Amino acid sequence: MYACLHGPGNLELLLECARKFSPHVEELPPDTVIFDIRGLETLYGPPENLAREIDRTVGVPANLALAANPDAAAHAARGFRGITVIAPRREAEALASLPLNLLGGSPATAELLHLWGIRTFGDFAKLPPLGVAARLGEEGIELQYLARGEGSRQLRPLEDPLEFEASLELDYPVDNLEPLAFVLSRLLGEVCDKLRFRTLATNELTLRLALERAPEHVTQLKLPVPMLDQRAFLRMLQLDLNGRPPVAPVVQVYLRAEPVKPRRTQHGLFVPTSPEPEKLELTVSRLRHLVGTDHVGSPQLRNTHRPDSFVMRVFAPPLATSRLAVDEAEAPTVPRLCLRRFRPPRAVQVLLINQQPVRLISPAVNGRVVMAKGPWRTSGEWWREDAWNRDEWDIALESGELYRMCREVDSGRWFVEGSYD
Amino acid sequence: MKAAVLQLRSTVEARFEIPLGIRKSLEKEKLASGIGAIDTLTSGGVPRGALTEISGAASSGRTALVVAFLGQATRSGECCVWVDTAGAFDPQSASEMGVDLDRLLWINCGGSAEHALKSVDLLIQSGGFGLVVMDLADTPEREVRRIPLASWFRLRHAAERTGAALVAVARRINAASCSELQMELQPLGPVWRGKLLAGMDAEVESRRQHRSRKAEFRAVR
Repeated sequence: MYACLHGPGNLELLLECARKFSPHVEELPPDTVIFDIRGLETLYGPPENLAREIDRTVGVPANLALAANPDAAAHAARGFRGITVIAPRREAEALASLPLNLLGGSPATAELLHLWGIRTFGDFAKLPPLGVAARLGEEGIELQYLARGEGSRQLRPLEDPLEFEASLELDYPVDNLEPLAFVLSRLLGEVCDKLRFRTLATNELTLRLALERAPEHVTQLKLPVPMLDQRAFLRMLQLDLNGRPPVAPVVQVYLRAEPVKPRRTQHGLFVPTSPEPEKLELTVSRLRHLVGTDHVGSPQLRNTHRPDSFVMRVFAPPLATSRLAVDEAEAPTVPRLCLRRFRPPRAVQVLLINQQPVRLISPAVNGRVVMAKGPWRTSGEWWREDAWNRDEWDIALESGELYRMCREVDSGRWFVEGSYD
Repeated sequence: MKAAVLQLRSTVEARFEIPLGIRKSLEKEKLASGIGAIDTLTSGGVPRGALTEISGAASSGRTALVVAFLGQATRSGECCVWVDTAGAFDPQSASEMGVDLDRLLWINCGGSAEHALKSVDLLIQSGGFGLVVMDLADTPEREVRRIPLASWFRLRHAAERTGAALVAVARRINAASCSELQMELQPLGPVWRGKLLAGMDAEVESRRQHRSRKAEFRAVR
């Protein structure tokens, strides 16, 4: 079934009303909107009930017609006042009294039909099809189908521009983050509704705050997975603004979301659980706010021999493996000595006898060396300014602690790099 | 007299909906380390949904032991967290032990035990992690002692609710009765081979429900 609203001068309101009932809306000039209502009978019951609901929602004077095809609905809405519900296969009967000028067609055809004395849809529908085809050609056949209410065309829905943004100019400058949260919540609601309407999510939110007598404040949230959680977005933006507040009162707020397809995953019954991405992202945002952005993430080793060389990436764990892979993973482990690094390495004074360290002196690491193995020369990236060239030692102190220390060859300075544990 | 006691007990049980008899502790699921001696000692590994404490002096093998649990958990597809109070975690060592770094969330708290406690609280409440490590090994003892017992209780309850294995590493046992399993490590000395540090021997004493057992393991270089 299709519904058609026709109301002169109220096209925007008619479109808004139609979008409340269906995502498939066609604009048919002049002042007519057709929309697909198939499936709504499960919500509203018989077409008469749905027609009453649409009429109540539209809020402006408009004719409403419901029919089995878009053209029949459009002709009925343009020709009959109030609400018209046309039962399936009764279109010809229902439209028979409509004047022929509603049918459209070329002026020559309209004039010819007028000369023949054809005044209504019903008159035209009664003409023999073969005769119409012989005299009016293809156009005549199509028009006669329309006059009988037998149109079979598909709806041509409006394509909205895919822009998921919202903005608000404030009546007075806001210099406090708390009232700003209400504005953000409203704008996020608008953007999330737009995304939800399209069955989309976002992985990037951009917030631009126009400030009073100051440059624009821009915040960008990049999410590792597509999300559509208004509350989580609001909390993340609040955390970001708390950590880096605007330098001047806010006069305008603009929010934009990058649309992406939502994440769809089918988890197996026998795979380990993993954190919910939405909850995880919010938790990670809180942690970044607590300990600093660079201190939270997943370490990735760099392809180099440089000591302690890694980069912090955004934590985005891959999907869990199946139980078969898990069983393979539960193989015996050979425990290995792990280094606990001092960041930065701690400078020490070292007493040497016969080029062997015998004592370390520093506030952090102090004691007699009972065993020292080395030196092991490592160097690399000599073509760069931050090249390294050093001798490494493994030492045991009298206290039983094991350390890795190194001597920079160029400067001759000693450092304790970490302890073995 | 006995009948009166039984009647009183049943009345109280009905009123407060708690069993007053001998409570049988339910055997919790375990997270294995893959180290035969340790898994035998702990009857399968560290319990999930509970707090485990691993303590010992510097160079006693605490980190090697925890990283072994971490490796086993990440290889089986679980997401894990290392809340690093002093920023001492070495990704290279962990990778050599077979830890899948993609499944590891590392929080460097820059030396603040308070931040570490808050981070663990946030993470364990959010759920979904198989193993949460709270590394207090290099934190001064006076700071660790400042963590109130109520906080340990809170963490234990959060672990129970989310099913995560929470492991705290420190110089000494701090959480007392809040921890389901306590493992104390003693260094037995380094192993030298020629001009190399080949490894280190350590003794582990496991204490669980007033039962104490010991085992030894060697961490190789």
